[in-house]
Amino acid sequence: MNRLDKLFANKRQDILNIYFTAGHPKLEDTGKIIQALEKAGADLIELGMPYSDPLADGPTIQQSGQQALRNGMTLPLLFEQVQSVREKTEIPLILMGYFNQVMQYGEQRFFDKCVEVGIDGLILPDLPLYEYEKFYKEMVEQAGLGISFLITPQTPKERVRKVDELSRGFIYMVANSSITGAKGAITEKQLAYFERVSALKLSNPRLIGFGISSHDTFATACRYANGAIIGSAFIRALDGAEDVEKATAGFVKSIRGIEASV
Amino acid sequence: MIAIDERGYYGEFGGAYIPEMLYPNIEELRRHYVQLMEEPAFQREFRQLLKDYVGRPSPLYLAERLSEHYKATIYLKREDLNHTGAHKINNTVGQILMAKRLGKTRIIAETGAGQHGVATATVCALMGIRCIVYMGAVDIKRQAPNVSRMRMLGAEVRPATSGSQTLKDATNEAIRDWINNPEDTHYIIGSVVGPHPYPDMVARFQSVISEEMKWQLEEHTGRENPDAIIACVGGGSNAAGAYYHYLNDAGVRLIAVEAAGHGIHSGESAATSVLGTKGIIHGSRTLLMQTRDGQIIEPYSLSAGLDYPGIGPLHAHLIASGRAEAISITDDEALASAYFLSRKEGIIPALETAHAFAALDKMEYRPDDVIVVCLSGRGDKDLDTYIRHFERFQK
Repeated sequence: MNRLDKLFANKRQDILNIYFTAGHPKLEDTGKIIQALEKAGADLIELGMPYSDPLADGPTIQQSGQQALRNGMTLPLLFEQVQSVREKTEIPLILMGYFNQVMQYGEQRFFDKCVEVGIDGLILPDLPLYEYEKFYKEMVEQAGLGISFLITPQTPKERVRKVDELSRGFIYMVANSSITGAKGAITEKQLAYFERVSALKLSNPRLIGFGISSHDTFATACRYANGAIIGSAFIRALDGAEDVEKATAGFVKSIRGIEASV
Repeated sequence: MIAIDERGYYGEFGGAYIPEMLYPNIEELRRHYVQLMEEPAFQREFRQLLKDYVGRPSPLYLAERLSEHYKATIYLKREDLNHTGAHKINNTVGQILMAKRLGKTRIIAETGAGQHGVATATVCALMGIRCIVYMGAVDIKRQAPNVSRMRMLGAEVRPATSGSQTLKDATNEAIRDWINNPEDTHYIIGSVVGPHPYPDMVARFQSVISEEMKWQLEEHTGRENPDAIIACVGGGSNAAGAYYHYLNDAGVRLIAVEAAGHGIHSGESAATSVLGTKGIIHGSRTLLMQTRDGQIIEPYSLSAGLDYPGIGPLHAHLIASGRAEAISITDDEALASAYFLSRKEGIIPALETAHAFAALDKMEYRPDDVIVVCLSGRGDKDLDTYIRHFERFQK
């Protein structure tokens, strides 16, 4: 049983999944932030592979990726960093990235390397269901990796079922038809979509992402799913922080809503 | 047999590598595009506009002085005479009709040199539809006259400030806009690139070029097929249109001319077929210029219409399978060829098109060869560049 399965076997609500870009703000921050997130009480970490052309991402994540690339981040280095922090942490780690990088690394080699360094799951937002099922499903499943596909408010019901069938670990529910980094409250229309998906009684847990940026939006998302994913808001908190570990601890507390009571 | 399969692959190239947020839009297009384009009412409207508004058929012109120089029979397919000065408008007329039938009320587009942006702004004005064109902030500075043209036509030009601030980033921004506006917006892609069905849809709209070539050649020479067709390739839409009805006629050589910038191995080039490797760009599995780590490289060419880091999946397949031959032309070779064509035939070509003409110097001919060069655009937009380099080429 990998760490992802273990997490969901023990915990079904208020799961906090935090995204950040590997190698940002500084090249050597990756391991530090992972450990700080675990210590602060995040349940799951989504580690972004910085990419020159991240189509689904808003300005915040784009800029963090550009910074990481300028810092010298590469896929081999990312794997090294994960391998070395893996000796000190048991938090489930998911790699998020665009499929071109996986292709260049070599698909089978990439999946094997993930397992070797202690990655538990993948999010590859531009890998379509059809190509995944035809070419890569067997490789990913044999490696024992989790994989999460996305659904949006526009995803038809039958396709949501297909996503549920192919996902292993959890389903990534995109809250809004948008790129990452949206701000503001959750609308009635979004709540109706959350309820519609809840009613489908899917077999995978569901985490809501895109536009989750505060304690309030996190709490709302947790009422309709098993938890939520926060990315851009965390990256903004890291940007310009003097001490990334302190900034991480403070951010997680603010999301969990225990800032004042501690 | 060169053909696209139902998943949008030409051989191993193509497909639709898109985030789920784009799935509904792409799926709607994929399901309906062929059926919509083939409807008699659509075809009537499309053909009428191509005739009366664009000015088609574009002439097939026997370039006698050029023929004499190269010792072959050379015809020019005059896409430069179209309204707005290039082949780009064939596609935008088709796609605006498609957008109307899909009930879309807002159009977005990307542009590099500004030619596709102008062609999109033009058809949006024609139909009274709101138009937003994404253009790299660097290109906005380089191509000021086309920015003014788009604005005069009523379009909003939005600078793409991400990445390298050129065509690939403008395309990224347009895709992000579409993700944020999935319901009312249609994205008019300007070349045979992007996720399926775009490469096929754009190739079909541009295929009017080779459709006309067939009967025009028959009129001129008594046979439909030339021995070779030469076209420049950035993303590859004029080439796709010029090749389309000859793809499966093995006797017709297809010559794809790429921009080598300062030289293929100078580090400043856009010769994707030589320097590119298999990967994914803008939703398509194709050949692209990238690092070993899979980061997309910003290409270079003096011509803003050829500096795209990828190539349409059809062309990747044609080149990989040996059906098409790729020739690379440097900035200087293209410039020399533009000055030469201007003097020889009284035609100032677009700098992109000048690359296609420069390929004539690299080919061998039999005396009875019939060659068609796709004269994809006129050179008005490149006048500043031509003036800047003029003295250097006067011997």
